[in-house]
Amino acid sequence: STRYDLYRVLHAALCLFAICSEAIVSELHKRISSAFDVFDHESNHTVDVREIGTIIRSLGCFPTEAQLHDVIAEIEEEEPTGFIRFERFLPTMSRILLEHRFRPVPEDLLLQAFEVLDQQKRGHLDPEELTRYLTQEGEPFTQEEMEEMLSAAVDPDKNLIFYKDFVSVMTVDDPW
Amino acid sequence: SVTGTTLWVIEQMPVLSIKAAVLIQRWYRRYVARLEIRRRYTWNIFQSIEYAGEQDQLQLSSFFSFMLDNFTQLNGNGPGIEVRQCKYEQIVVPDSYSGPRLSFPLSVTDTNTLLSAFKEQQTLHGKYVLQLLHETQKFLKQMPNVIYLSSSYAKEITICGDLHGRLDDLLLIFYKNGLPSAENPYIFNGDFVDRGKKSIEIIIILFAFLLLYPDHMHLNRGNHEDHIMNLRYGFTKEVMQKYKTHGREILQLLQDVFSLLPIATIIDNKVLIVHGGISDKTDLYFLSSVERHRVSLLKCRLTKQSSSSSSSSSSSASSVCSPRASCRATPRHPPPSPRLPSPVDMLQVPFLDSIVSLALPEPPKEELEWRQIVDVLWSDPKNQNGCSPNSFRGGGCYFGPDVTQRLLKKHGMCLLIRSHECKQEGYELCHNGQVITIFSASNYYEEGSNRGAYVKLGPELIPRFFQYQVSRSTRKLTLQQRVSVAESSALKALQEKLFAHRSELMAAFQQYDINNTGRISTNEWAQVVESVLRLDLPWRTLRPRLVRLASDGNVEYESCFENISAGQPIPQVTPNLAETMYRYRTDLEIIFNIIDKDHSGQISIEEFRQTWKLFSSHLGVDVDDQAIDDMARSIDFNKDGSIDFNEFLEAFRVVHKLDMKEQQQG
Repeated sequence: STRYDLYRVLHAALCLFAICSEAIVSELHKRISSAFDVFDHESNHTVDVREIGTIIRSLGCFPTEAQLHDVIAEIEEEEPTGFIRFERFLPTMSRILLEHRFRPVPEDLLLQAFEVLDQQKRGHLDPEELTRYLTQEGEPFTQEEMEEMLSAAVDPDKNLIFYKDFVSVMTVDDPW
Repeated sequence: SVTGTTLWVIEQMPVLSIKAAVLIQRWYRRYVARLEIRRRYTWNIFQSIEYAGEQDQLQLSSFFSFMLDNFTQLNGNGPGIEVRQCKYEQIVVPDSYSGPRLSFPLSVTDTNTLLSAFKEQQTLHGKYVLQLLHETQKFLKQMPNVIYLSSSYAKEITICGDLHGRLDDLLLIFYKNGLPSAENPYIFNGDFVDRGKKSIEIIIILFAFLLLYPDHMHLNRGNHEDHIMNLRYGFTKEVMQKYKTHGREILQLLQDVFSLLPIATIIDNKVLIVHGGISDKTDLYFLSSVERHRVSLLKCRLTKQSSSSSSSSSSSASSVCSPRASCRATPRHPPPSPRLPSPVDMLQVPFLDSIVSLALPEPPKEELEWRQIVDVLWSDPKNQNGCSPNSFRGGGCYFGPDVTQRLLKKHGMCLLIRSHECKQEGYELCHNGQVITIFSASNYYEEGSNRGAYVKLGPELIPRFFQYQVSRSTRKLTLQQRVSVAESSALKALQEKLFAHRSELMAAFQQYDINNTGRISTNEWAQVVESVLRLDLPWRTLRPRLVRLASDGNVEYESCFENISAGQPIPQVTPNLAETMYRYRTDLEIIFNIIDKDHSGQISIEEFRQTWKLFSSHLGVDVDDQAIDDMARSIDFNKDGSIDFNEFLEAFRVVHKLDMKEQQQG
């Protein structure tokens, strides 16, 4: 009867869906596990909480510091130990990836951000003004972060940051 | 999160600017995180390959020992490697020699001369090297295994870790911290040689200062102060290249001197300093009583090796896989319970168409002595409690904080200082500050990979750390550049590994690729690579750097062999044979160095054939005899019955197109 056929088709479709999503999820789990392993020094499925930001970002996410703190609060133990266990990390991270949370910053948006800071529209920024913006505004850089960015961004001859070149150089060479 | 908190900033900053700042910060932090993960896995790669190499070394060491001891006798070549009485007095140094000349007993003039000479890239004449080693040997003979020092005589003691032949680092330490003297005592904690290109210079300087300031200069033995490690890791080669006439004698004497180096140093009965670490069996009293000179570190492995490597070979052509893999899989066995050796305990070794029987003589006590020293020279700390065999290295233990606590408490000590492991900052504390790792070779894996450090202890025994990094260029590299350089070096090493196991990998890939599409899933690819190479690395994270993805998201597995091709292929050689030789080329080099006593670069075809048979039977690798003969004959281009070993190795040199590209991009 047609109802039975319908049932069979539905059943097959559901199985297919289950297999596919299981495959997708399984693939995801392995990706997460692989990134986690890089920092799992003792091979005991824990990592130092201070490495969580690096792991999440290496999986293609662009969280703000505030968003990162929220995630950590979610996966930490009730009594924080300074370590994060994989069993808690995995479900949260899976959801983040499946929901496409913390989307990447596209190159053109990044360029616009620099242009906003370049109030006089000169096409470049002074190291001092960029430092001011990034160490005092938003989620401020540490001195070390600022120095590292400057070492890559500043044109040594002119002592200026040509942000268009900077952005295109930095966004090349991204196999992920 | 960004509303109305900071008014002390630029006035009337529009909200848009704040948002722009957050965006840039968010993006940049992600960029840095990516660099960090690349740096981390690069480190993992280097370390895994390094330790896997050392493990292989330990596995094969019994074989090399056997070769060294028995080869010359058995084929009647006479006592080629016997110790000759050191007649350095009779060596005449020509007037044309412009290098440093030493006069014994040494004075500060001599050490200064040596330092400036080595800065000028000069070489010390073999006569003086032999004399120096001879004096050092005499001196060390009267030293105990464990040296007790007092900190109260001087202001601070400086402790340095692994140098591995990096003269620049030693000179930098001396520049920053001053030369050794009565007011400036030093302890060097082992691994002075191997890997770097200036090992002999370092040895000369350290020994010279040792003789000059015997009460203020102290050397601990490291796991690389061993002639078999030196065969593989470059020190032997360096000496033979720099000292063509006297190299053999120098190495012979060095072998003895190394075995005479003290094992441990203790300061104020409070600080224990050893190269590797400790185990739950470490007994400082027993260690003090051992006759260290007589314990041969890697020879003792002969006992264990006999049970784990069989001489039967597997016959299928596709299994040109390393039976060493099976050796590695089994954890290092604990020493067997003490019992009398029975006549049945004989090691049967095929050699030159007959079987040689070697009795296994090791009585239990020697085994325990050997274990004490190996533990101290090879162990690594771990963060979990307990003590387990160090399978990563193949020798020594992983010791936990409880083991440290117990030993230190037992002897009333408060600190363990050790080296042996490269650390990114040059030093690291663990076990609640009870263990310090100090590592003094900066840029150990690659330019920019790590800093070096030394530690100073005053009478209150509070450690102060000093870091440095030798730099080849004056222009400071950005983080991105440093990571890229190290990363491409590590990936190159990994690609070589992949290539060396090509047949095995392809066979395993094809098992998943039933329809012969040339593609398999990422998971399948990662599984195969991990099980064949036996390197515990984050393969899925590394996948983008090693292999291509097809448009359907699957891996094109053959692309992992793409950038590498062997050099001149040897005619009439099956792929399996070429690959096996490529994989074991370092070991082959060592073996040939043993056979080629006069270092002429030539060995006879017969020697080549016999040695290959012995080597392959030891490994359990089955390669057709006829193929060997054919290859040997084809290498002998001028048909005079001898093989130019260097040409032979050239055939297996790998050409890296990748390398050229990197150099062009600068």
